[in-house]
Amino acid sequence: MARRVLIKGNEAIAMGAIEAGCRFYFGYPITPQNEIPEYMSMAMPKLGGTFLQAESEVASINMLLGAAATGARVMTSSSSPGISLKQEGISYLAGSQIPGVIVNMSRSGPGLGGIHPSQGDYFQSTRGGGHGDYRTLVLAPSTAQENYDLTMLAFDLAEKYRNPVMILGDALIGQIKEPVELKSYRKKPQDKPWALTGAKGRHGQILKSLFLADGELTDHNWMLAKKYKSMEKEVRFETYRAEDAQLMLVAFGSVGRILKTSVDILREKGKAVGLLRPITVYPFPKQAVRQAAEEAKALMVMELNTGQMVEDVKLAAECACPVDFYGRPPGSIPTPDELAKEAMKVWRKRGLK
Amino acid sequence: MSAKPKLKQVFDRPKSLKDVPYHYCPGCHHGLIHRLVAEQIDAFGLQESTLAAASVGCSVLLYDYFDVDIVESPHGRAAAVATGLKRAKPDSFVFTYQGDGDLAAIGTAEIVHAANRGEKITVIFVNNAVFGMTGGQMAPTTLEGQVTTTSPYGRSAAEAGLPIRVCEMLSTLEGTAFAARVAVDNIKNLKKAKAALKRAFTYQTKGWGFSFVEFLSSCPTNWKMTPEEANARVGKEMADYFPLGVYKDVRAN
Ligand SMILES: Cc1ncc(C[n+]2csc(CCOP(=O)(O)OP(=O)(O)O)c2C)c(N)n1
Ligand code: SF4
Ligand SMILES: [Mg+2]
Repeated sequence: MARRVLIKGNEAIAMGAIEAGCRFYFGYPITPQNEIPEYMSMAMPKLGGTFLQAESEVASINMLLGAAATGARVMTSSSSPGISLKQEGISYLAGSQIPGVIVNMSRSGPGLGGIHPSQGDYFQSTRGGGHGDYRTLVLAPSTAQENYDLTMLAFDLAEKYRNPVMILGDALIGQIKEPVELKSYRKKPQDKPWALTGAKGRHGQILKSLFLADGELTDHNWMLAKKYKSMEKEVRFETYRAEDAQLMLVAFGSVGRILKTSVDILREKGKAVGLLRPITVYPFPKQAVRQAAEEAKALMVMELNTGQMVEDVKLAAECACPVDFYGRPPGSIPTPDELAKEAMKVWRKRGLK
Repeated sequence: MSAKPKLKQVFDRPKSLKDVPYHYCPGCHHGLIHRLVAEQIDAFGLQESTLAAASVGCSVLLYDYFDVDIVESPHGRAAAVATGLKRAKPDSFVFTYQGDGDLAAIGTAEIVHAANRGEKITVIFVNNAVFGMTGGQMAPTTLEGQVTTTSPYGRSAAEAGLPIRVCEMLSTLEGTAFAARVAVDNIKNLKKAKAALKRAFTYQTKGWGFSFVEFLSSCPTNWKMTPEEANARVGKEMADYFPLGVYKDVRAN
């Protein structure tokens, strides 16, 4: 029977990573994700793994790049400003097709901002984030349990697609303490013929993103584009009381979590309100949103920012129904009642009954 | 008596170098330095266990020449990438090959901390006092008064400071076990360079710690000199400011 423990969201990520076989962690302290490096610094030596506190986020993402190039399962974690610093490295990972797991327990910005929960990094996460035409798979957990489960999945996806995978949370998702069922990881290790292990019985192997020969970079980019397209089958989302919903709320991560209670409040008042919560924000659950747009009378996006994911929802809805938005810049965490009230405004504005 | 002619081969391409022509400019020292490194890889029998971190500069195409496993690093980050390689594969021989822009400008933090941690890697640092690849801009190692495309009136100490002596700087760190500055401008120096490289390789293969070899190198193209003039400048102006020698050898004797 799986063990149940009471742990912080950040610890769940560290434990999920270790369970999935991650034995190399490189990071640099930043709130609100410090429990991850702290946990790793305690656990790794006992497991014969490596915990290294790097001189910066720039160094840690490049240490990840080096270790992951050998085929090892490697993780780094940070929060928004640190993730900005990692972006060049993430772009190189994507270009060189080196897998790696990057955790962003995001905080508020711009600049030093603050440590409040915020979803201001949605664009940065889902649009590649660094330079060049690339994508990272982005998983957006909303509970400590999901942190644990999705971290394990992140390693599988990173290797399956030889691509960086990002876990996008925020202070709420990282700091919340709740029960987590520690399921065991059962996947078998995959063959990694691309890994750098020394030119034994073969010629030297290269992992690189520079392509200078005529047409080579065009081909490389097309190959990557096809790969990103093929990632679409990894779409994950959750619906909550969505059946017969006239107003479908769309939110991810911490807001998605809070909105479940708002939906309960509204349902109790007899309002047919449901929730669609993207779990992968890249690839974005376009079809699910499109279907919701056809079945409901209105969509409403709620985010802890001034409007980012709402653009993806509008694109996916293809004008099949109106899309409203409630955004909240960082500073405070909305309560279920507050969000229910915001939903009611749209309910009335759209003349729903 | 019909004796077979006994010919002894005395010179050949190192096994760990590919049989392809270099793209380097005539008179550039990068090619010579490649060869010296490859010779040691062969001599130590490391071709099958070498993992290299290439850098961004004229030597970015390292993987076109070395027949070993190589990963490309973002500009300046080779020491961090090599740290990852070595931590993940401690039994491998891990080296970086970096220019002075790469290592002494954008990558200063990574090299200082890799050395300070005593990473068991070998760093080949090619100091040609200029950003070669991008067309000859000023580097942190550009000599005072040296004209480059971004110091058109000559490097001014008041504006840009004086050149960084990386070998000396890294030698102050406890984590640095071996550090030497060498040149390949004449046979005598070439022999010393070989000896320094051999020592650096010994340090890593014996697990003794971080080893660092700085090469003073020519860039005739961006120095706007003939190969001969550039070669002479290495031994004179460059070596005057950047004295050759072994700066640290903690296991000497
Ligand atoms: C982040 C980043 N900044 C700038 C560059 C452009 N760039 C490429 S090589 C280089 C300098 C190379 O000089 P050096 O390391 O001395 O090598 P050399 O070509 O002289 O051997 C620069 C600035 C880059 N590739 N990436
Ligand atoms: S530009 Fe300078 S460093 Fe680059 S290949 Fe030519 S001579 Fe060598
Ligand atoms: Mg240079």
